[in-house]
Amino acid sequence: MDITQSHSTPTPQALRIAKLQRVQDFLFQRVTQFFALGVLIALVGILISLTINAWPALRTFGPGFFFSTEWDVVNGQFGGLIAIYGTVVTSLIALLIAVPLSFGIAVFLTELCPQPLRRPLGTAIELLAAVPSIIYGMFGLFIFAPLFAEYIQPVLAATLGQIPGLGILFSGAFNGIGVLCAGLILAMMILPFIASVMRDVFDIVPPVLKESAYGIGCTTWEVVKNVVLPYTKAGVIGGVMLGLGRALGETMAVTFVIGNAHRLSASLFSPGTSIASTLANEFGEAEAGNHLSSLFALGLALFVITFVVLACAKWMLSNMEKKQGLKT
Amino acid sequence: MKSFLKKALVISAISLAPAAFAVDMTGAGATFPYPIYAKWAEAFKAKTGSNLNYQSIGSSGGIKQIKAKTVDFGATDNPVKFEELEADGMVQFPAIIGGVVPVINVDGVKPGEIKLDGPTLADIFQGVISDWGDKRIAIMNPGVKIPSGPITVVVRADGSGTTAIFSDYLAKTSSLFKDSVGSGANVKWPAASTVGGKGNEGVAANVTRVKNAIGYVEYAYAKKNKMTYIALKNKDGNFVAPDDLTFAAAAAGTDWSKIPGMGTFITNASGAKSWPITGASFILLYKNPENKANAAEVIKFFDFAFKDGKKMAEELDYVPMPDATTDFIRKNVFTKVVTK
Repeated sequence: MDITQSHSTPTPQALRIAKLQRVQDFLFQRVTQFFALGVLIALVGILISLTINAWPALRTFGPGFFFSTEWDVVNGQFGGLIAIYGTVVTSLIALLIAVPLSFGIAVFLTELCPQPLRRPLGTAIELLAAVPSIIYGMFGLFIFAPLFAEYIQPVLAATLGQIPGLGILFSGAFNGIGVLCAGLILAMMILPFIASVMRDVFDIVPPVLKESAYGIGCTTWEVVKNVVLPYTKAGVIGGVMLGLGRALGETMAVTFVIGNAHRLSASLFSPGTSIASTLANEFGEAEAGNHLSSLFALGLALFVITFVVLACAKWMLSNMEKKQGLKT
Repeated sequence: MKSFLKKALVISAISLAPAAFAVDMTGAGATFPYPIYAKWAEAFKAKTGSNLNYQSIGSSGGIKQIKAKTVDFGATDNPVKFEELEADGMVQFPAIIGGVVPVINVDGVKPGEIKLDGPTLADIFQGVISDWGDKRIAIMNPGVKIPSGPITVVVRADGSGTTAIFSDYLAKTSSLFKDSVGSGANVKWPAASTVGGKGNEGVAANVTRVKNAIGYVEYAYAKKNKMTYIALKNKDGNFVAPDDLTFAAAAAGTDWSKIPGMGTFITNASGAKSWPITGASFILLYKNPENKANAAEVIKFFDFAFKDGKKMAEELDYVPMPDATTDFIRKNVFTKVVTK
């Protein structure tokens, strides 16, 4: 009797507490909602301000801006193709090298590495991710580029450079700095990101799954290919996209080693430029007008490229999940 | 309590009294004269108590800032045209002189050993001459062993007063360069092997690390990094090496008083010993400034620098303005600024 009574008519004190808690909950919800919406507002704001500032250039040069190789400050002619090409190609080179390497590192650390080595090796890779990008740039220009020109470029030209068709990618003077060098430095920079994400997701595969695969006689490679990878592909793709996102927007390290030349060349040895490095070099001294506006248009292009990459990744993931659903 | 406050006020007023006329001046612009402006500012503060806050953000940035009236003076290596000065109600005067030096990285070649003239240098920088073994280089350097190899041209990737001075010289001596490239703070370099470095230090780093490279830097950077410079043929037909004497000779051969707005490059100057790629760094002031006390102090600062700052300039490998020119600036430029 007493109990039911207290249920139907709570004491004033309990009411006060409940009311207070409701207000607290409400406030908490609104505040967190505001924070979350703040991100969206900032994103839209950046997009709008980029578009407004880029508009004069886009109006003057039309959509051709994104397909023109012209970048002539003296005569006021601008086009973004060289910088866009540089951004995309350096990032692709970086992915091409970093993804297999990271995969190897992650598999070794999770499946093959002796227990006492795991921690130090894993920490070393995470530390590599914490190195500021300017350090990579300085390392690239002062140490890597001269060695690259002296020892690696001649070898590449003599081997890969001799393959018909592909050879043109590895032709030209051995400068050290250039698109390929920038791609290699980028690969070094994004490798720890991809590797540590891959290691973390490989680690969450339930041991019972792996053990049962081993139990029916699978080799390590078969376990990785048939159990670990299918279980973790969302995480793996996420890690790769994280690396790609960093490669696309990387500024300082690329500025140091890409050569900063507004020229489109088939050879990966020749200097080029990327969107981020062009912005870093020219923003401070750009005259108001088409030059400044063209730089904003390049920024907009980078924004769109990054967005498209992320959207593609999401679409790929959701597609894969759907297929997965059909299979089982 | 009140009496304590009063006392504190009186004491602080007394302690501030000697610096009663001290002001905080602000300036922004060219990076090239920053070390000497900083040194002058230190000496000026010791003498007058007035402080100069100079931001070395680049020449174009300096012009932008003074136009936006966020600073008391702007500084630029790339002089503003007279018509533009008049339209904005500004005056301009040169404050310090320095030189731009072509530097190379060729095996076995010592500083000053390779001699070139303007048209040849222009052809190297626009890619017409693309190998150190080129006949035109050999003809100008009999007896010098230059190993042949493909030339890498290193230029400034960022817009720069240094590029403005250098391209002005190349355009003056080579009509081909003038037509196909032109001159300015940011030009389109046509050579296929062009590499861009950010800032003087970026160009210096690239030239020292890329074999068979040629680039151009401010004299101080070439000297500091012990880079291999080349000797250039000047307007009088003599080959000269870059140093403060040849910069001073070029400055002496320039009559600033004849140029409206004083805005000129001292490139390809006449005179037997003139270094052909010499330039001045300019100061921009409003004729009718909003903050008149600060403008008066800026004028005092440069007056002090012209009078007592010569030795400091020479210590830092700059060339001070010639006396005739500073007299002209005092009489004809400073007087145009309304300070009361």
